[in-house]
This record gives sequence, C-alpha cells and structure tokens, in this order.
Amino acid sequence: MSQPDLIIHDEKDNVGVVVIETTKKGQNCNAWIMENDKTVDVSSTNEVPLGHKIALKDLKVGDTIFKYGHDIGKVVKEIKKGEHVHVHNVKTKKW
Amino acid sequence: MEIPKSFLGYKRENGRAGTRNHVIILPVDDISNACAEAVANNIKGTIALPHSYGRLQFGADLELHFRTMIGTGKNPNVAAVIVIGIEPKWTKRIVDEIAKTGKPVEGFHIERTGDIGTIMKASKKAQEFSQWASEKQREECPLSDLWISVKCGESDTTSGLASNPTVGNLMEKLEPFGVHLCFGETSELTGAEKICATRGATKEASEKFMKTWNAYNDFILKEATDDLSESQPTAGNIAGGLTTIEEKAFGNFQKIGNLKFIDVLEPAEEPKKGKGLYFMDTSSAAAECVTLQAAGGFNIHLFPTGQGNIIGNPIEPVVKLTANPLTAKLMKEHVDCDVSKILSREMNLSQAGDELIKTMLRVANGRLTCAEALGHREFVMTKLYRSA
Repeated sequence: MSQPDLIIHDEKDNVGVVVIETTKKGQNCNAWIMENDKTVDVSSTNEVPLGHKIALKDLKVGDTIFKYGHDIGKVVKEIKKGEHVHVHNVKTKKW
Repeated sequence: MEIPKSFLGYKRENGRAGTRNHVIILPVDDISNACAEAVANNIKGTIALPHSYGRLQFGADLELHFRTMIGTGKNPNVAAVIVIGIEPKWTKRIVDEIAKTGKPVEGFHIERTGDIGTIMKASKKAQEFSQWASEKQREECPLSDLWISVKCGESDTTSGLASNPTVGNLMEKLEPFGVHLCFGETSELTGAEKICATRGATKEASEKFMKTWNAYNDFILKEATDDLSESQPTAGNIAGGLTTIEEKAFGNFQKIGNLKFIDVLEPAEEPKKGKGLYFMDTSSAAAECVTLQAAGGFNIHLFPTGQGNIIGNPIEPVVKLTANPLTAKLMKEHVDCDVSKILSREMNLSQAGDELIKTMLRVANGRLTCAEALGHREFVMTKLYRSA
C-alpha cells in the first residue's frame, strides 16, 4: 500500500486527482481507484498541483467528465490522456 | 474504536443539553448593537451578538429574522439571555418565546430611556445572569443530547476525497446512538440534487427536498447576470482544483455518508421529528449556514475545509477538519482535526472517522476549538429580500 500520486473515486471516472504536492512533466503517476482498490498508471503531461485533475483517457469536445461515477461537466476543449483537466477545458452543464 | 456513550454537558431546564454555557446579549436590530456591546463590555462572562438587520423587514423575511433570534436564544449552549431592542413590541416577542425554554431571559428597549439608561439596567441583569451561569457544572449527558450540524467551506478536491467522507463516516457511526444531524447548502447540491433526493427516508422528504432545491435554483437563475462562475465554484475552490458546481456538489454530498434524511427544515427551523438526519434549506455561505443551524438548536458543528475556511460561531463550537496537507501545515492554528494522511493512505476512512469523533467529544466536553481560541464569532443573519 504505497503512497499514491493520484486518487480516482470510481472505476467509471475519466479523471484522477493529484494527491502529492505537484506532478512533474512526464511523471509516471501511480493512481489508486478507491472503489475497487485497484491501481493504474498514467503519465502526467504537465506539472499539475495538489487537488487538480488529470485525464485518464483522450476526451473530445462535448464528452462528459465523470468523477464519483457521476457527470460533473462537459469538455469544451479537446483533452489528451495525461493532461490537466480544469476550468480551461471543462465547463458546468448547469447555470 | 469503542464509542463513548456520553459527554459532559450543561443540562438545561427544557431537557436539552449544551456543550457551552454562554450568557448572550442579543440585539433585536442593528441600532441596538452599540447598547448590547456596551453591556457585554461591562459584564464579564457575557457575549454580544451584533448583526446588521431587524428593521422594516416583512413577510417571510421578518419571520426568518424572528426565528433566528429566538432560536439563537433557545439554543442549549446558551444559559441565559439579555434581549435589547429599540422598541418594546418586537423585543417582547423574542423574550416570550425564549422564556418557554425555562431559561433566564430579560428584555430591554431603548426608546424613552436612551442607550445609557438601558445599558445600566441591562448590565445589572446581565451581571446577575453571568454569576448565576458561572455556577453551572458539566454533568454526564447521553450522546443523544448531541445535535450535530455540518457544513463544508473553501472546499477543494481533498474535501470530496477525504474530509467530507470522514464526516460521513462519523454520521454513520453516531446515528445509531440517537443523535440529531443536519446538513444544508441548498445551492451547493446543484448537480447532485437528483441523487440527494433519493436519500429522502420517505417520499414526502424526497419531494420536499426537490421543491426546496427547485425554488433556490429558480431564484439563482432569475438573479444571475452571468453563469455564476465568479461565485460557484469560488476562486478558492478553483485554486484547489474544483472545476464545476457539479463536482463541488458531489464532494459536498459525501458529508452524509450513506444516511437518509427524515425531513427538510426551513432556515433556522427546529427539527421536530426526533433523532436522525435533517436537511435544512440554507445559503452555502459558511457563516450564514452555521448561524441558521445554531438557531435550529444544533449544539456542535463539524466543518471540513480544503483550502482553509476559518469560520467560527459565537454559540455553536465549530470543529474544523482538513485533508489538505498544505492547509494542515500552513494554517495549523485553524485545524482541529488533521485527516490528510488519508491521501497518502497512511490512514483509512474509518480511522479518520474515529479521530473526528474523539476530537468532537473533547470539544463537546469543553475543549476550545481553534476558532473559539482565535476569537471567531461570525454571527450572520440570512436576509431573504429587500426591506420595506
């Protein structure tokens, strides 16, 4: 049970949360899936700070972001696997 | 961990128990603040609760004002109350309702006397109350005397990952002991509202929740001049990695664990269906929400934070926890319970829940919270609309 670099809430999620101070460019991150206690690896494209999200797969404009296994918003700018996912490429479907 | 069956609280005349023993000087309206603060300055062991409203309000907004004033006075963390208003009628209305608890309460009005005469009269009574309350002793009270409210603030993704689920774990463990529990933050359930509605213990509770959420959402859509992206998520939320209101909502929702809510309360409404979890219709602004929950009768508050909200309340102790290791390190003086080791997997959720139970019981027994030690007394009335 080593310290994870990313935590993923649910197997269905397409993003993981950075739980170390920051990832480095190209860092191979160890991601722990809380729901089923599995681990996966993903390479971080950018430096991504604590608490921010990284894409676990390639995402197109209009795709839905899943976290907690639920819809948390839509992709408004293409995102490649390993890239930082935040307000610059994802927006709410509400309001 | 074996959960203690009791805590040391102050037994009140109406059968409730307090975790604190405050004598409060409660101004009915904004212009009575000076008088109330002067009395609290004169008499040690009392605190004034100044606020900005109480004049020319009407309808539901005025009712909420009275409910908040009265509920604050009735809260079991309050031993005795001095009420000061500009005129006698509204002052008396508040005094009469608080008096139903059986606790000492006396009202004073300023018209025809002026500040100085009122301060003198009220100070004499406040001294009597303060010395009377100072002799009250803590006694063993069953855990079911705890009415626990929760609200998170300056959330980030660590809130949804760890500190909010820690609160949920505590709720799951303490519900069987017959505690009252309360969550709120109507607007911050947006995106998770349909899932939240499924947690109603009855069809009525679920429907009441959706009605409440829809009313709030309609109001927000009506008043919004943009997409609310300046307010929800907040700049602090975004810095902490939260991207959308939906993401924030699902994180927020972790605070109730796997529990179901038995009823939906109006802001500042006292629960009447016995033990269990309640949803209260509240603003998501921290001080407003906690003020409303305290007025609903809740006597201890759990507040998970990500980026470091520093709120306190004058009568309801606010226990803060964080899972953000940077916040735990850089804002240590604000953090009562550090659960950041969940992220590094050095602590599991159940262990974190146990830690929070221990911390909360120490506070219930009398340990000052960080916010109390630092002097945080945010008492903020919720105003529904413009005054007449």
